[in-house]
Amino acid sequence: MINFSFDGKTYQAEKGDTLAAALLRNGIGLVGRSFKYHRPRGIMTAGVEEPNALVTIGDGGRTEPNTRATDVFVYEGLVAKSQNRWPNLSFDIGAVFGLAAPALSAGFYYKTFFGSAKRWMFYEYFIRKAAGLGNAPTKTDPDHFSQRAAFCDVLVVGAGPAGLSAALEAAEAGKRVILVEQDNILGASLIRDGQDLDGAWVDATQARIRAAGGRILTRTTASGYWEHDLVTLTQRIAEPGQTPPHGVAQRLWHVRAGQVILATGSIERPMAFAHNDRPGVMLSQAVRTYVRRFGVVPGKRVVIATNNDDAYKTAYALKAAGAEIVAVLDARPAPAGADSGLPVYNNAVPLSTKGARHCLKSVTARVYGLTQSWDADLIAVSGGFTPVVHLHMQAGGTLDWNDAAQAFVPASSRQNVTTIGGAANPEPVFNVVPVSKPKKSFIDFQNDVTLSDVDLAWAEGYRSVEHLKRYTTLGMATDQGKLSNMAALGRLAEKQGVAIPEAGLTTFRPPYTPVTMGLLAGAGAKDAGAHVRRLALYDVHAAKNPIWQPLGYWFRPRAYPVGSETLAQAAMREAKAVRSNVGMTDVSTLAKFEVTGPDAAAFLEIICATTVGKLAVGRGRYTFMLREDGFVFDDGTVWRLDENRYLLTSSTGGADRMATHISYVRQYLCPHLRVSAVNVQEHYAGIAVAGPQAKAALAALIGEEPPRHMSTVPAMIAGVPVIVLAASYSGERAFEIYVEASHAGLVWAACEAEVSAQGGALYGLEAMEFLRIEKGHLVVGGEVDGRMTPHDLALDKMLNKAGGYVGASGLSRPAFSEAGRLQLVGLEAIEGNIPEGAMLVTGEGASPQGHVSAAAFRIMDGGSVALGQLTDGFARHGEELIASSPTRGQMARVRVVAPHFYDTAGERYRD
Amino acid sequence: MMQFTCPHCGPRDQAEFIYERTVDAVVSLDAAPEEAMKSLFTRNNPRGVDEEIWRHTYGCRAWMVIARNRVTNEISATRAVGPEALP
Amino acid sequence: MSQYSAFGLLRGALNGQKHWQPAWRDPEPKSHYDIIIIGGGGHGLATAYYLAKVHGLKNIAVLEKGWIGGGNTGRNTTIVRSNYRLKPLHDLFEFGLKMWEHLSDELNYNVMFSPRGAMFLGHSDADMTKLAERGDAMRCDGIDADLMTRDEVRKLEPLLDMSRSARFPIEGGLIQRRGGTARHDAVAWGYARGADSLGVDIIQKCEVTGFVRDGDAVVGVETTRGRINAGRVGICVAGHSGHVAGLAGLKLPVESQTLQAMVTEGVKPMINSVIMSQSLHCYISQSDKGGIVFGGDPDNWPSYAQSGNPMVMERAVAQGLALVPALSRLRMVRTWSGVTDMSFDGAPIIGETPMKNLFLNGGWCYGGFKATPASGWTYAHTLATGKAHALNAPFALDRFERGATIDETGSGPMPNSR
Ligand SMILES: Cc1cc2nc3c(=O)[nH]c(=O)nc-3n(C[C@H](O)[C@H](O)[C@H](O)COP(=O)(O)OP(=O)(O)OC[C@H]3O[C@@H](n4cnc5c(N)ncnc54)[C@H](O)[C@@H]3O)c2cc1C
Ligand SMILES: [Zn+2]
Repeated sequence: MINFSFDGKTYQAEKGDTLAAALLRNGIGLVGRSFKYHRPRGIMTAGVEEPNALVTIGDGGRTEPNTRATDVFVYEGLVAKSQNRWPNLSFDIGAVFGLAAPALSAGFYYKTFFGSAKRWMFYEYFIRKAAGLGNAPTKTDPDHFSQRAAFCDVLVVGAGPAGLSAALEAAEAGKRVILVEQDNILGASLIRDGQDLDGAWVDATQARIRAAGGRILTRTTASGYWEHDLVTLTQRIAEPGQTPPHGVAQRLWHVRAGQVILATGSIERPMAFAHNDRPGVMLSQAVRTYVRRFGVVPGKRVVIATNNDDAYKTAYALKAAGAEIVAVLDARPAPAGADSGLPVYNNAVPLSTKGARHCLKSVTARVYGLTQSWDADLIAVSGGFTPVVHLHMQAGGTLDWNDAAQAFVPASSRQNVTTIGGAANPEPVFNVVPVSKPKKSFIDFQNDVTLSDVDLAWAEGYRSVEHLKRYTTLGMATDQGKLSNMAALGRLAEKQGVAIPEAGLTTFRPPYTPVTMGLLAGAGAKDAGAHVRRLALYDVHAAKNPIWQPLGYWFRPRAYPVGSETLAQAAMREAKAVRSNVGMTDVSTLAKFEVTGPDAAAFLEIICATTVGKLAVGRGRYTFMLREDGFVFDDGTVWRLDENRYLLTSSTGGADRMATHISYVRQYLCPHLRVSAVNVQEHYAGIAVAGPQAKAALAALIGEEPPRHMSTVPAMIAGVPVIVLAASYSGERAFEIYVEASHAGLVWAACEAEVSAQGGALYGLEAMEFLRIEKGHLVVGGEVDGRMTPHDLALDKMLNKAGGYVGASGLSRPAFSEAGRLQLVGLEAIEGNIPEGAMLVTGEGASPQGHVSAAAFRIMDGGSVALGQLTDGFARHGEELIASSPTRGQMARVRVVAPHFYDTAGERYRD
Repeated sequence: MMQFTCPHCGPRDQAEFIYERTVDAVVSLDAAPEEAMKSLFTRNNPRGVDEEIWRHTYGCRAWMVIARNRVTNEISATRAVGPEALP
Repeated sequence: MSQYSAFGLLRGALNGQKHWQPAWRDPEPKSHYDIIIIGGGGHGLATAYYLAKVHGLKNIAVLEKGWIGGGNTGRNTTIVRSNYRLKPLHDLFEFGLKMWEHLSDELNYNVMFSPRGAMFLGHSDADMTKLAERGDAMRCDGIDADLMTRDEVRKLEPLLDMSRSARFPIEGGLIQRRGGTARHDAVAWGYARGADSLGVDIIQKCEVTGFVRDGDAVVGVETTRGRINAGRVGICVAGHSGHVAGLAGLKLPVESQTLQAMVTEGVKPMINSVIMSQSLHCYISQSDKGGIVFGGDPDNWPSYAQSGNPMVMERAVAQGLALVPALSRLRMVRTWSGVTDMSFDGAPIIGETPMKNLFLNGGWCYGGFKATPASGWTYAHTLATGKAHALNAPFALDRFERGATIDETGSGPMPNSR
């Protein structure tokens, strides 16, 4: 015995019970409420197609709303709650919607609730509250979801007789086989109907498949069939709400299969008649499953309604279990065969049922045109069989119409997939046209769509299947139309006076059954799938407890506050150290490319828009790159380390783009060049040392005269070989030291010792930003925003006159030289502090003429300064404007100036 | 998710590759400006087969041209490009 | 046309809702129309509606190869907002947003426009500055935008992960309170019903397979239902822009890519606004039925297959769960995808083509639903007068060769790098 609870009451289940079986075992008929009218609903099926018996399982972060009672196996302590009812399941206020049903026809909400958008939001508030079934958890999910890739020759989906045989044959032929089954045991239809077979056959087959190396996964659903025979499997390791044994609740498989065999069987169809939705109306095969698999008999006096032979098996099973069959309503005109010993009525279809909230009381049918009623507590219905063609269609397959079975069956596919068994050959049935009142004849049970809703949609012109679905919401419930699609198509065909295949077809998209979001996210749920890269010097920084700042894939120190310093205070102190003494910072994340070979210079003159060829060995220069459309792409420096060896740097944020671009140009556009361009971004760590004392510090570190500004030398620091580049971003005499990342710690320590000996400081990104703004240096993502031309940024004088670089062709486009372009300017505050990102306007209420791309303060003298983009800005120096940020309630009066606020002549670089 | 056959590595998951552009959108370095902008800003976009440039970015990093049907995703040819593929 | 009202529904309650007329007719195509619009999506139908309503034109047809609204109009995540950084974009979308506010009344069809707020989250100070910049640009042009503090964000969406240790910690947001969502199908149907009542012929299952040309002028179209002559022809086929323009011998600055979306099983209200992010590529909202609607990046490679891709989907879900961990145990119930025509600056194209009498409305990428009313209004103006409306003048097709691209993200001509 296993204890579980439903709506707070404890019950007992047998081992192997689904929750549905356990509820029926305990005589519980009413399990849920429908979506729109809150109608009382029970258990209708025994499988994943269940539309009615949805419950919330578990609590805390493991809460799973909308769980089908037919698709969860009871475990000790399982907690289930009914949904979409208030105050309780039996007495649900929401049921008043049912009373209003005549006015709430399909699509009623399109025809009312007019007025302003605010008014709709008022109505909507109540509609949203009434909709939505279960409650989502609010606690964090305590479990993990794992993901796994696999390959096989043959993937078999469905472990019924067809699937088991196919898997066995393939496995014993030496193929790598994976067999998946959504149930927790194998056998599928054999579990229900396997009496005639040797019961051990399933076990034996399973053992043989395993012995031949096949892998069998139970509780595993093939939920998506994607391109090139990739199938995603969702495997339940723990049941909903259950604490998983090793912390992993579910596993997602990506299986690339050589061949896929679908043995997915079929789903029994309900019939459309009035009040066909109440507890006590079940599908025939489901009833048989409860009787034979679980030993639960869901009714004592049973009516069977069928259009096929299969339902007779249900009648026998029930009879054998002691139930009374009061009538078999067979829609077919004449007896099927020999006397069954059952009270069979031919030409008989159900018309309606009567009952109470919890149960069925009687069934009325039309028999040979006459109406007749029976007292009954269960009606087992079989309206035929719908092959499970979902995966076949997801694979891009087409369907054929099988008239005998009144069903679509798989035809061809562009992928390597075949369908076998019941999914390919459904049983023949007799076509029944619904005769009872359409208004209460439900076809989509969860969403409360009736035949009359279909009729209304038709009358209003929503005649394609897709319009019908969308207008009525048919097929949009959690069962995605598994029970309803064929009924709707049938009604549509009837209205149109055509055969079903001419009426249309709905497509199936993944997933076959709903998939837990956490499973799709896997480990990515923790970090959004964006792994953080660790700086080579991470430990060194971390020990100093800096303020970190995300930049690209990295977190970099933004400032190193001392004592109770704020970010701004720390950054200003650090910047001052650079201006007045010396500072050092980690610049490791800069993009770096090593370009070597006889054609290296020629290649660089394609990548860079500036000249490179004339650079002497040991010299470097500023450079920038264009996109093919002529806009500035990125900027950096290029250094000639050797005759045929160059180092190119560019921005951190653009590193991946630049790497792809360089590779594309080299590999695709210039395969003939004798050059190699290697991305060495993380091969080298970089340390910048800047300030008036930087030269002295460097001299002490490398033991020789440091290189002149824009020169480079190889050197040794702390016994480690380094490349020293004399380059300045800060506006001071400065050096960048590049060292193999694995030895960066040694070099950093030596530099830090020297810098502190000089009385200098470490500086972070914030101080770097102050320094470069004051100096008027550009930043990619700031001034270089992908919309500026070289001219807009005043870089055009540096363009390589010879052309030939990427983007040169884009520069001659007319709009590049028209008036009204945004151009780079400097801004100086006349009053107030300039807010970064603020708009540049001529006055209150005027439309912006530009914006502030970066704002800072003069480091030694104080005063707010900024860089910006301004319409025709080059010609507007001296003009006064307002930098306005209405979202922050800030503004400043500014004067347009040249974008350099510090050492315009570049004196400080010189020794 | 498709499966591509890298000329250097064999069959690999599409997740390892990054799409660059179609062959008709290659802007050759010596194209006249007008022709260059035409290549850059227009596409054939066939509802059928087109030649696409892909890179095995998370594998060998080589570039290749893949002829693929945009409706069925059938791949009819893959060829290596780059210095190694020069005649 | 029967007027829609609560009274009508009550009357229907007594007569079994038998008095309703078809929302639109199902006419046979005529041999000639003054204006033919190719594509019965929201944009095509809105264009037809405004041509009839505003420009008084009567002889108009919308030709749809399948069923109206079956393209991206019926597949999108329905986010409506005008919070763009660049002026031509926010001006166009704001014009549309103002129309959304009265669209249900205008069409006598409840399009369920629900301005619950469209919020972009910022995950760093740099993000917040970018958001402020965008908000400031909008505010200076008279469009609502408000920066939100962490606490304001938390109050609006209590289920967001507000921990400082998150990979993308939430520092604040930028909200456009007038933004929100609408019911996509209703937009197509409402415009169709409105246009039909003004005499527009909406012809479904009618695919345009070619153009009839006289020199460099288009004078009609070939369709699966025969040849139809036209004074002017307007292409309005979203993901099929490249293909249809190709039938006229034109090559466009667009590439067709697949964009997927998905929805979870319905749950009681848990997400109150539309959540987007400055650094992550996912957007989350909750539909009136309770499903969490989820979208991510386009596939980034060309496709007409309209089949999804688990890799892209899983990435979007991972990002969404990083923002809203409580989504973990919900279940994705349906995925779908649409073919979007990704333009080479991310902005739409509305205007003339090099061919006489042939006009183009396309390049909406993954963001054209919100523009439906504005797109229809400006395209109708262009088709009726032969000239651009001030709002769509910047979106001319020749802007690419001229170098006047409207590049909101500044990422250049390759749609896959956007
Ligand atoms: C998954 C997804 C999510 C999206 N999310 C949003 C969002 O949140 N917000 C937003 O603003 N936008 C969003 N979009 C974009 C938006 O959906 C589109 O930009 C917009 O709906 C386009 O409308 P349309 O009328 O131009 O195109 P469509 O609705 O696609 O209509 C074009 C019509 O043309 C027809 N057609 C094509 N070829 C022919 C032919 N030869 N002859 C006749 N007819 C033809 C098609 O069948 C189709 O019905 C999203 C798109 C997708 C795919
Ligand atoms: Zn490879």
